[in-house]
Amino acid sequence: MSILVNENSKVLVQGITGREGMVRTRLMKDYGTRVMAGVTPGKGGQEVYGVPVYDSVKQAIEECGELDISVIFVPAFLVKDAALEAIDAGVKLAVLIPDRVPIHDVLEIARFSKQKGARFVGPNTLGLVSPGKAVLGMIGGRAESAREWFIPGSIGVSSRSGGMTSAISYYLTKAGLGQSTIIHVGGDAVVGSSHPEVLSLFEKDEETELMVMFGEIGTTQEERVADLVSGGRIQKPVVAYIGGKAAKSGTRFSHAGAIVEGSRGSHESKVSLLKQAGVHVVDAVADIPKKAGQLLKERENPR
Amino acid sequence: MARLFEYQSKDLLKKSGIPVPEGIVVSSPDEAAEAAQRLGRSVVLKAQVWATGRAEKGGIQFADSPEEAHKEAREMLEIRISGLRIEKILVEEKIDIRSEYFAGLVIDDAEKCPVMVFSTMGGTGIEEIAQKHPDKITRTSVDVEKGFREFEARDLIRKTGLSGKTLTRVSRILAKFYQVSQKYDARSAEMNPLVLAKDGSVYAADCHFVVDDYAVFRHPDLGIEVAREFDRPPTELEKIAYLVEKNDHRGTFYFFQMMDEVGEKENALGFNGAGGGGSMMSMDAVLDQGFKLANYCDTSGNPSAAKVYRAAKIILSQPHIKGYFASGSGVASQEQFHSARGLVKAFFEERIEIPAVLRLGGNYEDLAMDILHKYLKDIPGEVEGYGRDNAPEFCAQRMKTLITENQFLPHKVRPIKEPETKEDVYSFKTPTGEIFIQHDQCRTCATQGCIKACAQNILKLEQDKPILSISREEAEKGKCTECLACEIYCRFHEQDAINIHLPIPGLKEYREKVIKKQKK
Repeated sequence: MSILVNENSKVLVQGITGREGMVRTRLMKDYGTRVMAGVTPGKGGQEVYGVPVYDSVKQAIEECGELDISVIFVPAFLVKDAALEAIDAGVKLAVLIPDRVPIHDVLEIARFSKQKGARFVGPNTLGLVSPGKAVLGMIGGRAESAREWFIPGSIGVSSRSGGMTSAISYYLTKAGLGQSTIIHVGGDAVVGSSHPEVLSLFEKDEETELMVMFGEIGTTQEERVADLVSGGRIQKPVVAYIGGKAAKSGTRFSHAGAIVEGSRGSHESKVSLLKQAGVHVVDAVADIPKKAGQLLKERENPR
Repeated sequence: MARLFEYQSKDLLKKSGIPVPEGIVVSSPDEAAEAAQRLGRSVVLKAQVWATGRAEKGGIQFADSPEEAHKEAREMLEIRISGLRIEKILVEEKIDIRSEYFAGLVIDDAEKCPVMVFSTMGGTGIEEIAQKHPDKITRTSVDVEKGFREFEARDLIRKTGLSGKTLTRVSRILAKFYQVSQKYDARSAEMNPLVLAKDGSVYAADCHFVVDDYAVFRHPDLGIEVAREFDRPPTELEKIAYLVEKNDHRGTFYFFQMMDEVGEKENALGFNGAGGGGSMMSMDAVLDQGFKLANYCDTSGNPSAAKVYRAAKIILSQPHIKGYFASGSGVASQEQFHSARGLVKAFFEERIEIPAVLRLGGNYEDLAMDILHKYLKDIPGEVEGYGRDNAPEFCAQRMKTLITENQFLPHKVRPIKEPETKEDVYSFKTPTGEIFIQHDQCRTCATQGCIKACAQNILKLEQDKPILSISREEAEKGKCTECLACEIYCRFHEQDAINIHLPIPGLKEYREKVIKKQKK
């Protein structure tokens, strides 16, 4: 199975003729993602790595048939329009790659996608990958490295840091532990699919047996995961690491989310609530593969 | 997040029709006396400073006459509040207060919408009030498509027991407050206290407005210099760094200083992280080795070589750092050879004498390592490059060893050299700089390797000399990606005939000041 994207997903790239759009279209195609069409207003009729370019999302759907996912590479100030256009045209998942999207734009996208029953990942995300099936965005950099770093398996990975999404998955791969889907939820304060939403999808996914979460200070995402686990709505084992222990309140470390507001959002609050709920919180990133391997073994051979 | 001072926030409120006390911003005792005179009644002097609880720290004083205002202003301009100097004072008419309320807008990350909060118990300690008297606080989520309308405000406020004219007045203010928060892309905003005066009128007596960093570009009228979150006004070097970020959209460059000054004997590093999570992990590793960090810096999101070069030049403008430590997640998706080339150019120009540990793991890390080791072996400082299979903890230990071996030599800041312009030089502009090719030196070139080094294929040979194969405009508009490969090839394999000038506005002058201090 895997979540959100698989080998059958039909993908659109908005901003396909830009610097990042072109490079990442190539990565996605090389990896095996079914990139059906691209959109750049005013550049309809061109081709990028064999992918036809259209002037609008509706036109792309008219020509290519239904599209499941749109990966958006337009400049930050145009992201809102691009996302609304895709969702309005019936795309069910929008992946917003750019950094620095205004937060009120994100709220508008959230409002509209809720109304339309769509979902979005990001903004400020590296994207996601279902190993061996498809990659969306820029995770892995090149198809060659994505194949080397990520292997298919039963661990769902959800992370708020882009670099750590790859790092954790790579360490799992090195320990022989494959992944169902790897997702960078995005580094901003408000994101389309936060940890609790992603982990709930993993809970329903047959292939996923265990989840790994890289959390950070700021926002309430990890606290809400703790609620889901203690309420019994997440029953599969969760291994978590929370970054930002040394961070002072008010220091941002590049992530808009990493702002400590009151006790909610602090390192202590997250770790203690997660531990109380029964989540396996580890103190070092290097301990994640060890703990995950041990838990998977226990699941296979219950005592 | 870009914070506004109280007087700026109140300006926005006033423009949107929310009553605020009459006031004048001053920056000297004479101006304060004049302001008190003009207001013609008892006044309050309020220090304009990004610190909470300023009243207890001497940041709020009352004056009944212009003379008193003069005296209070003089004292206030001399103190520091939470370590911050006071540059401006807001002189306001004193309001006879009957009650203090709280009104605020925050963004709820779980519901993904704005939330309006109101309480009839305002003033200092709103967090404690919220805990002790939850019944005195009401909140409601806002549908961004509909906005927050006056009847919704009334419905919210009536739950706290307000009635009559006060209810309608406060509701009107709240609806306007939501509008101004939207208009100026507030990340958070609060009026605390919102006061009911003895005469029944309602004023925003204090206001904190924080503009979303990512939306600052929509509001040039606010005059925000650095659209980054700081709990203090930005330093001179941070302003220089922010200009670099603003003028080059390729990737992220974020820089702030964590120490006012690094002492000659202090064990502090220049830090160059990549990505928030990876940087935090790497910082923890160096802190564990007993280091301090002179600065935090993030070059991620596939930055251009030019951007990383400028970041390194800025980090190396900090005197007395003992080493240069670069490390991110270690498994980066960005093309690490760009970072490697940026660092090579900067380190070579600076001839750094301090050691550097550069953990550039991830996409194309082998190429990145090759570039670092090949080209930085002859500079005075020891440089070690590592990839994804070396943990930050190991790299931090290497940093410690190298610094010890280097006998804790403090970094010396050097002057910025302007490029020399000689005759027979071919030049063209790049997106953020200019490339100079010394054509007379090309005569003795055996390989013409610059043509092959150029990944964009925009150079060609004409009479054995490299020139653009595209128009100058195309090069400047971005066909030249400033990958620095031609310069590095020519410098290390051939004639050193190519010089890419990547100016950093303000850095030359900044360094001159640092060097003057260094000599003392």
